[in-house]
Amino acid sequence: MRFKIFGVLAAAALLSACASDPVETGMASGAGNVADAKPVETYTAPLGSTIAAGSQEDLVVNVGDRVFFGFDEYTLDGKSRAVLDKQAAWLSANPSVTISIEGHCDERGTREYNLALGERRANSAKDYLVQLGVNPSRVRTISYGKERPVALGSTEGAWAQNRRSVTVVGNAGS
Amino acid sequence: MVISVLHRSRNWIYPATLLLAAFIVAPGQAELRIDITQGSVKPMPIAVADMNGQSSDEITFGRDIARVVATDLERSGLFDPIDRASFIQTNDALLSRPRFGDWRIINAQALVQGLTKILPDGRLRIEFRLWDVFSETEMVGKAYSTVPDNWRRVAHIIADEIYNRITGESGYFDTRIVYIAESGPANRRKKRLAIMDQDGANHRFLTDGSSLVLTPRFSPELQEITYLSYIGNVPRVYIFNIDTGRQEILGDFPGMTFAPRFSPDGKQVIISMARGGNSDIFTMDLRTRKVTQLTFHTAIDTSASFSPDASQIVFNSDRGGTQQLYTMAVDGQTPRRITYGSGRYATPVWSPRGDLIAFTKIHKGRFFIGVMRPDGSGERLLAEDFLVESPTWSPNGRVLMFFRQSKSGSDGSGGRSRLFSVDLTGNNLREIITPTDASDPAWSPLIP
Repeated sequence: MRFKIFGVLAAAALLSACASDPVETGMASGAGNVADAKPVETYTAPLGSTIAAGSQEDLVVNVGDRVFFGFDEYTLDGKSRAVLDKQAAWLSANPSVTISIEGHCDERGTREYNLALGERRANSAKDYLVQLGVNPSRVRTISYGKERPVALGSTEGAWAQNRRSVTVVGNAGS
Repeated sequence: MVISVLHRSRNWIYPATLLLAAFIVAPGQAELRIDITQGSVKPMPIAVADMNGQSSDEITFGRDIARVVATDLERSGLFDPIDRASFIQTNDALLSRPRFGDWRIINAQALVQGLTKILPDGRLRIEFRLWDVFSETEMVGKAYSTVPDNWRRVAHIIADEIYNRITGESGYFDTRIVYIAESGPANRRKKRLAIMDQDGANHRFLTDGSSLVLTPRFSPELQEITYLSYIGNVPRVYIFNIDTGRQEILGDFPGMTFAPRFSPDGKQVIISMARGGNSDIFTMDLRTRKVTQLTFHTAIDTSASFSPDASQIVFNSDRGGTQQLYTMAVDGQTPRRITYGSGRYATPVWSPRGDLIAFTKIHKGRFFIGVMRPDGSGERLLAEDFLVESPTWSPNGRVLMFFRQSKSGSDGSGGRSRLFSVDLTGNNLREIITPTDASDPAWSPLIP
């Protein structure tokens, strides 16, 4: 599994270098000799895996299906961008896959504002993927506001888990 | 469903003895009245006698109607219905004329009595009178006829008449609530559109819960509800016709439409639409289908509500950095921020009287329901909890309903959501009993 993650991180590091944020990984050395600015195909499904390539399970297990946001925030931090970098590479490796990006909020906001905020979060993730070369026609967004929490309980920890965008395989274009 | 007002108090046909009685009332006595603008009102003791009838059906209707009237009045917090067990004069004797001394002894300031009769055509006729016990005068007397099944509505209309006669304000008992009925765990919450009378009676589910539904609001004539539904997993504003049960998508918008409300004349719906992550406010004319964009800001603009004269709109925006309330002209011009207090403000709703805007406020991890004048001055907070949200006005602008959600545990326990009402004075907090958990209440206008 190691070599796969290394490859994806190499692409991530390359992309991160274009953004103003400092590159936080020390593993970027391997990317030093990549001259071409275009992200390279780096995703390879694990050997011997029983998980179907391009499936939701594949995305969840081998890539990461979600990114998290601060309270009333919709900007992507370095960690979120790293997950989305991997998603972009994975989408490139699975060109027939379409996705929905769901935007979600914690329960500490009002319903209608949270619908708008969830929409912003889903579109933050989508815009970033599109920047990385994902065809926008493959990506649909939907906001659930605070209607579909993943973590139960009225705690800071649960709220942090619920402020998220989740990439779901399928449903594009509707 | 026809309710005809057969008599008004001024042209009531009195028996001769009642006419004589009217002449001996001492003039110049202060009128029985409750000033509901005061901060805290001592409830007025009122005797609501079971209405008279001849047949057992008539007696049953008479008793049930009187109980609904008394319950309405009691729940307003302005009246204190007197225990029937202490009544001295019997219902039968009331038929000729109240013995006011008997009612003064038990401290009744007002007395309600009436008569029910099942007419030869099967309709139910109900007459009632409201008496001022101290001045020994009839304050109002009216009669209604309707199909017997409609008896609860007549009771609410009578309660509204009493409320109106004694407070000088129009009542709010002959109204309905549309809301979201909730069940199941928070991460798989089932939400259904539901409707009930304001006292919780005649409860009915309008959708089956197969699609997520949110934020219902009545049209001014009550025949329609606009709300957000995730039918087909596509969040869009719909209009539900209560009579036909049909639901219809509002317009053909390229992005999520949400936060709908009818205009005061019912001819437009104001909504928010999200496109490319940005939410702006639009109106749609229901007849011409013409769509007008009112805000063009990169910030979130949502939760729009018309002023009752339809000259202005109040809405929620984070264009200043955090969620605040803004007003603008009905054409979208001259937006103006009205909230400068500490905290975030949301869900503004203009009072039907026009004098106040109700809102949800979030401050230091707590939620509040409050009101302020349309220029943002005079903020008053009426309710506070872990989560209170979504105020809606009684049609007379004197009571607010909202929902309150409790904290939940990591095992999914708690997190109960319930409807409450509170006076504009901050007094008389009451739960509205619903069969399941409940949120997003919307109070109807008086039923036409």
